[in-house]
Amino acid sequence: MEILCLGLSHHTAPVELREKFAIPDGEVGAAAAQLRDAPGVSEAVIVSTCNRVEFYVAAEQAPAGLAAVREFVAARFSAVESGAFFEHATASGVRHLFRVVSGLESMVLGETEILGQVKKAYAAASESGATAKHLNKLFQRAFNVAKDVRTNTNITRGAVSVGSAAVDLAEKIFGKLAHCKVMILGAGETSELTAGALQARGVKSIFVANRNYDRAAALAQKMSGAAIHFDQWQQHFHDVDILIGSTAAPHYVLTTAQLTPIMRTRRDRPLFCIDLAVPRDIEPAVNDLEGVYLYDIDSLQAIADHSMNVRRQELTICEEMIERHAVEFGEWLATDWPKFRATGSEPQQAKTG
Amino acid sequence: MDRLLLAISTFCFLFGFAYTMHALGARVYKTSRLNFFAILSGFLCQTAFLWHRGQTLGRCPLTNRFEVLVFLSWSMVLFYLLIGPAYRLSLLGAFTSPLVFFFQIGALLLVDDVPSKLKLAPNGWLEMHAAISVVAYGAFALAGVAGVMYLAQERQLKTHHIHSIFYHLPPIRDLAVANGRLIIAGFALLTVGLGTGFKLGSMFTHSPLTAWSVGVWVLYGVIAAMGRVHRISPRRVAWLSVTAFSLVLLTLGGLRFVTEKATL
Repeated sequence: MEILCLGLSHHTAPVELREKFAIPDGEVGAAAAQLRDAPGVSEAVIVSTCNRVEFYVAAEQAPAGLAAVREFVAARFSAVESGAFFEHATASGVRHLFRVVSGLESMVLGETEILGQVKKAYAAASESGATAKHLNKLFQRAFNVAKDVRTNTNITRGAVSVGSAAVDLAEKIFGKLAHCKVMILGAGETSELTAGALQARGVKSIFVANRNYDRAAALAQKMSGAAIHFDQWQQHFHDVDILIGSTAAPHYVLTTAQLTPIMRTRRDRPLFCIDLAVPRDIEPAVNDLEGVYLYDIDSLQAIADHSMNVRRQELTICEEMIERHAVEFGEWLATDWPKFRATGSEPQQAKTG
Repeated sequence: MDRLLLAISTFCFLFGFAYTMHALGARVYKTSRLNFFAILSGFLCQTAFLWHRGQTLGRCPLTNRFEVLVFLSWSMVLFYLLIGPAYRLSLLGAFTSPLVFFFQIGALLLVDDVPSKLKLAPNGWLEMHAAISVVAYGAFALAGVAGVMYLAQERQLKTHHIHSIFYHLPPIRDLAVANGRLIIAGFALLTVGLGTGFKLGSMFTHSPLTAWSVGVWVLYGVIAAMGRVHRISPRRVAWLSVTAFSLVLLTLGGLRFVTEKATL
């Protein structure tokens, strides 16, 4: 039995092309069953996400199996010619799936969302009866590989975006964010994204202050928060735990002189200041005040960059782990198909899609 | 027999410490049951040691400096087991393990385990007084550990130099809460311990131990009051708890009087 993979991803195709081949979540199970019924194909799983569309099949013969997948793709997607498709056969296909579920093939290295997406795709195929012994074993093994890689390496360590870095820092200051109050000064896109990330981690109370009150109200409504007039933000500041500054002001909006008396009244409540504005909204010296933790856009980006470097350094270890798992899976598969022991070929660009 | 139990216990703490350091060094530290069970095993061996020694002596095993050190270590681990899981301070164990290890290895190798020369009839109240007092020092020790963790985490947050340990240390607010509560708990226990001692009789009166114990009580009382009443910053409370326990450690020799003067 051979394990084959044919697909395209953000590495090989732009979004304009990927979206043409996307299969809605509700249809992947039925589509996998349809592919399983194609001549030469024994089992099938289809993974369709915003960054990839991949067809995994188990087939007796690689050429016949790949041809069946190509025909399926051509029929379903009106025979779109594309050199963007890659093909993996034998051990290469197994390694590819292990890399995908481990986040090594993802746009953001080490991201974990893909594992859930592959699990859903497998469950849909399994429920529709498109999988059997070989793909069941392969995907179960793949999920174990993902767990192993995530547990024993730093491939998922740290925040790799400004927003997630801010959230990580907030959690290391306050712990659970459910009771934290956030104030946004300036209704910019970055501040909205950062506040959204905080909200996703449990923040419930958000105030928005903007020189244009209508924009503040619009953003507040979007985030289920409260809008306040910009000249009144200091009156609401005493209860705030996290301040996000992103105004277009050419001067500091919050200075040490303003903050010093406020911090005296806060006693043991820390204040996390996220300054996303350029020019900066918050005087850098406020970081010297006890209980104040100030991060500007550069320092957050530096943390994100550092995390990404850590992840890149882990790649070799991840590859070694994946190789070990691939070899072990190959030993199991070899009982059915001795040729699997041969070294897997590099992915090939398909001639037709 | 009982020293063997203590040796096993010491090894458990060394294992827990070494495992954590290795995991941190390899930058793949995760909250580990292995570490927790190493500490739990060490605690059970400590408890077995103290129980066995207590059975042999027919009293609370606080008759010499060796036993006091072991009892103090036991108290620290007791507080870790009570506080750690409650606040998800898994790394607190990693910071506690080396301190307990050094206490116990010091007790095993450097301190004479000779019975007290003073033979007095067992006195339950007096033993309780001594035990509560030593447990209080265990709380102060763990407060010092939490303080070190707070300062390490706070420094990284302030300087923006994020090291791999940052992701394993708990939030500073949780550490501040744990630190404050441990100080209060230790202070309350020491108050009961000292109060019981004074109420029992005058054997402590005018002794250096009395002055030392009262000094420690006042020191932690002031820290507790500054933290609770005057609401000084958690960072200062952390510094004070580390400094105060360092002072207690430096003057630990004073505990000798517990064994030789306190007639236990």
